[in-house]
Amino acid sequence: MTERIDHAEASSGFIAASDHLEFHDRRLWDLRGKRDRATAAIPEWEELRTLASQIKEHTLTHLGAYLEQFERAAQANGVTVHWARDAAEHNQVVYDILAARGAKTLVKAKSMLTDECEMRAFLEPRGIEVIETDLGERIQQLDDEPPSHIVVPAVHKLRADVAEVFARTLGTDPNNHDVHYLAESQRRTTRPSFLTADAGMTGANFAVAETGAIVVCTNEGNADLSVHLPKLYIACVGIEKIIPRTEHLGVFVRMLSRSALGSPITQMTSHFRVPRPGTEMHVVLVDNGRSDRLGMDDFWSSLKCIRCGACMNTCPVYRRSGGLSYGATYSGPIGVIIDPAYNLRKYSALPFASTLNGSCTAVCPVRINIHDQIYKWRRVVAERNALPFAKKQAMKMAGKLLASPRLFRAAVEAAGAGVEYLPRVMLYNRLNAWGKQREVPQAPPQTFRQWWLAQRAKKEPR
Amino acid sequence: MTQVALFVPCYVDAFFPEVAVATLELLERFGCDVHYPLDQTCCGQPMANSGCEADAAGAEALFVRNFSDVDYIVGPSGSCVHHVREHFTAIEQDDAVRQVRARTFELVEFLHDVLGAREFPWAEFPHVIGLHNGCTSLRKLGTASWSEQAMAPWSKPMTLLQAVKGIRFATPARPDECCGFGGTFSVYEEPVSARMGQDKVADHHRAGAEVIVSADMSCLMHQKGCAERMGLPLRFMHIAQVLNGSPLT
Repeated sequence: MTERIDHAEASSGFIAASDHLEFHDRRLWDLRGKRDRATAAIPEWEELRTLASQIKEHTLTHLGAYLEQFERAAQANGVTVHWARDAAEHNQVVYDILAARGAKTLVKAKSMLTDECEMRAFLEPRGIEVIETDLGERIQQLDDEPPSHIVVPAVHKLRADVAEVFARTLGTDPNNHDVHYLAESQRRTTRPSFLTADAGMTGANFAVAETGAIVVCTNEGNADLSVHLPKLYIACVGIEKIIPRTEHLGVFVRMLSRSALGSPITQMTSHFRVPRPGTEMHVVLVDNGRSDRLGMDDFWSSLKCIRCGACMNTCPVYRRSGGLSYGATYSGPIGVIIDPAYNLRKYSALPFASTLNGSCTAVCPVRINIHDQIYKWRRVVAERNALPFAKKQAMKMAGKLLASPRLFRAAVEAAGAGVEYLPRVMLYNRLNAWGKQREVPQAPPQTFRQWWLAQRAKKEPR
Repeated sequence: MTQVALFVPCYVDAFFPEVAVATLELLERFGCDVHYPLDQTCCGQPMANSGCEADAAGAEALFVRNFSDVDYIVGPSGSCVHHVREHFTAIEQDDAVRQVRARTFELVEFLHDVLGAREFPWAEFPHVIGLHNGCTSLRKLGTASWSEQAMAPWSKPMTLLQAVKGIRFATPARPDECCGFGGTFSVYEEPVSARMGQDKVADHHRAGAEVIVSADMSCLMHQKGCAERMGLPLRFMHIAQVLNGSPLT
């Protein structure tokens, strides 16, 4: 049986390191602020959100047709298109492409999909060296940790942590925490790999059905080097990344970096369409649960996600628990509504790692009703028997008590029972959790109902 | 005369009767004929928010029995009102249920939108307050504009409070960041919940607030618990108390 991720437990470890927590919260809140300013500068921003949402809805409604159109266009461009039903097929397809050409080293740009498929763990034991070339992703690879954020993968690390990782793995000076020194060190050790690698890989921000183009938005130029230097290029693409036409990029490219980082556009927006003479280009289209999600009435619209991370940056719970506490490739609000579709039992606690405050929904550039889906996942968790037994029993008892005025009054008004009882009504179990860092409210001498009966009931026609 | 049935959420009844009294008196000052159904318990939100919707059916059915056949149902709690309006689906949706759901209002929106209350000549509150809008009141009931979207600013609670003599406002750095109560979240996710609460009250304290005022007593219960443990000299009052002319408590 899969182990259930305990987000609350994991978050307490994150919170205990207060310098890390404060930096993490401040850094991401700063991104949220930049996003607010960047979006407020576009008068039609809310209309853009609606349009983006509608384009995605249309595309997802005709997904099969657009995928086939993409395949035909890509093939006409000289690209080889592969289809992968799940993570295992994806990894095998990639391995087979590499193995058939004797490729031993792979330089790759950031891709959440390859993390989702745990591709490195599959390729490395089979003799393929995989080198992450995005700075944040490389830091995480060297530290043997998954990314904690879909846009800024090492945002939970302080400079000192990065200096420690690089000193341990790249032989840099552990006492030099200077950002430029650290970035330059990584650059010097990674750059030669581009020249010698047998193959390059990217994910995709968008795949354009009418042209067969893969569009990759980056800030470091590492994707372009990964594509343009080796003789073999593989793009791994989740099937929901399809958009119908090039003109739709005029909507999405405007929104992506503004939502993510508050910048108008990423440094590089690269369109990879045709293999250079003498080289090969492959596209692997991956389902891995996406078709199943598309069939879920309440959750299909999560496939609209363009992976900007705005919901994570604004989420007060994410900022105070860190991406790794979700125990999944996708963390924060978007992770909370995607992860249970992959493994309900393992991720059954995640829909409860939310106050349902709705800020995620308010920033989402494609108008996914994230907090509504979190609420709905809670019901799915309960209905499929994935709630902890004690919580389920507590809710059953609370439901009975609150359905009966007599039982409720007896509980509330029993002498001295207020303080002991009420947190139980509202808080159910883990009762002592309230008092760990908070005072318990004092019970007053009389409840409102008692006050009413004493002061006002005579006026009340009974 | 406007007929109002007073909806007193379970935790307000047991812990904050003064908030219910202030709500009652305030409604009466505006000429409402207020009635308090004695058999009320809870709206069903705690069970439904935990995913156990079926367990909320008894509480929801009881709520409908208590609150049928009145013009308005008014309660001093945004999330409870939101549950009744938007999530009250554990029971069959007959006419009585639909009517109850449509007639349920949160106190501030009822004062602001339905009664059109703008003046509170009996109220004086010579203190610096930090206004806290609960997230449900804010982003789901639309009690005020929210910072994620560029929009012409509005705030129903601020409009009402500005009419109180002597009141001054302190603006925290993150005015609409969630305080971390979140119902059962407060105990099942205690570490994050408490940290959010600590950050929230510290933000108000830094901004110079003496009193945090909100239309959502559950947020205040959580924030008060955090502030007391931290030893911060902050007070907490429901907006009904301030508008009704209660002195600082």
